[in-house]
Amino acid sequence: MYKIIVLAKQVPDTRAVGKDAMKADGTVNRAALPAIFNPEDLNALEMALSVKDRYPASTITLLTMGPPRAAEILREGLYRGADAGVLLTDKAFAGSDTLATSYALSCAIKKIGDFDMIFGGRQAIDGDTAQVGPQVAEKLAIPQVTYAEALGEIKDKIIVIKRRLEKGVETVSAQMPLVITVNGTAPECRPRNAKRLMKYKKAKTISEMSNASEDYITLSNERPYLQITEWGAINVDPDPTQLGLKGSPTKVKQIKNIVFQAKDSKIITTEQEIEDLMKELIDNHTLG
Amino acid sequence: MNNVCVYCEYEEGKIQDVSFELLTKGRSLANQLGCKLEALVIGENLEGVDKEVSKYGTDILFIADDKRLYPYSTLPHTAVAVGLFKETRPQIVLMGATSIGRDLGPRISSSLVSGLTADCTELEIGEYEDKKVGKKYENLLYQIRPAFGGNIIAWIVNPDNRPQMATVREGVMKKEMLNENHQAQVVHIEVNKYLNDADFVVKIIERQMEESKINLKNAPVIISGGYGVGSKENFDLLFELAHAIGAEVGASRAAIDAGFVEKGRQIGQTGVTVRPKLYIACGISGQIQHIAGMQESAMVISINNDPNAPINKIADYVINGDIAQIVPKMVKYYKKNVK
Ligand SMILES: Cc1cc2nc3c(=O)[nH]c(=O)nc-3n(C[C@H](O)[C@H](O)[C@H](O)COP(=O)(O)OP(=O)(O)OC[C@H]3O[C@@H](n4cnc5c(N)ncnc54)[C@H](O)[C@@H]3O)c2cc1C
Repeated sequence: MYKIIVLAKQVPDTRAVGKDAMKADGTVNRAALPAIFNPEDLNALEMALSVKDRYPASTITLLTMGPPRAAEILREGLYRGADAGVLLTDKAFAGSDTLATSYALSCAIKKIGDFDMIFGGRQAIDGDTAQVGPQVAEKLAIPQVTYAEALGEIKDKIIVIKRRLEKGVETVSAQMPLVITVNGTAPECRPRNAKRLMKYKKAKTISEMSNASEDYITLSNERPYLQITEWGAINVDPDPTQLGLKGSPTKVKQIKNIVFQAKDSKIITTEQEIEDLMKELIDNHTLG
Repeated sequence: MNNVCVYCEYEEGKIQDVSFELLTKGRSLANQLGCKLEALVIGENLEGVDKEVSKYGTDILFIADDKRLYPYSTLPHTAVAVGLFKETRPQIVLMGATSIGRDLGPRISSSLVSGLTADCTELEIGEYEDKKVGKKYENLLYQIRPAFGGNIIAWIVNPDNRPQMATVREGVMKKEMLNENHQAQVVHIEVNKYLNDADFVVKIIERQMEESKINLKNAPVIISGGYGVGSKENFDLLFELAHAIGAEVGASRAAIDAGFVEKGRQIGQTGVTVRPKLYIACGISGQIQHIAGMQESAMVISINNDPNAPINKIADYVINGDIAQIVPKMVKYYKKNVK
């Protein structure tokens, strides 16, 4: 059996940035975007679940850092098979770049304690940076295997992993404990399990409990699995200089709105105009 | 002296193009800063790489040549790079935003506690003022990249931590040889100084590298499909047109996320950067991350059913209408008129 941690992030659904989500000044109205489970983190959860399928006594703890509402993806993970969820949330983490994020996550991982494997998505869709997995591994001083697509044999503390590279595939064997980042080409996550949905539907973090009814509090005390762990900075014993803005070496100097130099475009509407365009492109040797 | 250093990727007997592109950029940054350009090559059987790397204006080339260092593996390459950088203290380190650079860069940056910006589309030198503490900085690296949230570009700086690190995708910067006869000073690294057994716990069992069949970078004409193409089946229409006119097919990230085509076709900030003679954007709205990868196309045709799609602004021709109707007509009229 293995002790597994899965890292996940709640992200704005960048795929849903349609016309409706744009403000007049050309920036995105984030509030109008749904917040989703970062897609490759779902691939990571599936890979973790596949280990648990093979070694059913294994445990999976899902860890996310984010605002209080990120508890939504922890519940989603519980519905799909994770055993426990941990929310790391604190204003002290605000403004974290990837390095400060990785540091905070590594503190939480140490607090969770013993583990054999940490899975995470290759990258999050709101940044595409792919930095947090390797940085967490470095902070914990353990190896990383990035872009995992499939797992091979797992024997004691040795695991065989197939990696998908830009220009090919590579199979490696690695030693636990380690961090594995999972590629979008890995198997899709299994859907919610109906029984688990019933069981965890009412799972809440402390923050979410704050306005819960008496009845709910009684229920939650009877069923401890309904309590989602929530930690602030103070609970994970960090070096405060490495958190948030202060702990982020990268600073945003400025943000500029880009206005494209509008070309004097020719508008084509009729079939004849399409034919004329194709002729022109052939005649001036752009095509053919 | 704190120099500019480029980590050069070595694969299948060759330094990769992205590394030459970064050396070219690194040369101009070093000139501006009045410092030297360094290169680091890690691998095995590296005789001869000095000629290639020198041509791009490298002043000092560090070579780590050892059979345990090829193929690339995270821990040994990190150990060598971190060990070296602790001694040479470069002010800037550049690497490709490739499978290797994206694996190695964050590991090095975490180890050196330095900032790393991914997928920069421009790099410049400039000043910065931290107004909160009233401190001014000169000669920082501006790491410029589109940011999520609209048509916005962010200028990122690392005021206090060194090295300032950035990754850049292949094709973003231009590769220009400085001088055929330029010769860098070559420094062979004593690798055992930096490596230990624990760096070899990940073992490569098997590797299959394959040349990609998709060649967007050199295609003179690209037909690119977005989310508006609507389905895999409709993408076949683009392939048909591409086949007829001799073009390559590209895509937006949204089209790839929707599963219409494979990842290797992505054009944009976190995909491939292209500069074709003609770029035909089909059902692409024109978000900044996409435009970043195709704005230097010589001619752009946009096919879109929304007359106000942002991409239309930068198009030479705008065809208003539905992909499923327009594209087959283009095939038809091409075939009819071509000799
Ligand atoms: C960190 C990060 C990195 C990114 N990197 C990239 C990148 O490298 N490349 C990239 O492309 N994107 C990238 N993106 C995503 C980018 O922001 C946009 O979401 C994406 O480019 C939108 O793709 P699209 O134009 O195909 O889709 P949409 O924005 O959904 O546009 C679809 C278009 O199709 C039109 N349309 C719909 N139906 C039809 C029809 N039947 N006929 C004709 N037209 C039709 C619509 O009018 C619309 O203009 C990145 C995003 C982030 C956050």
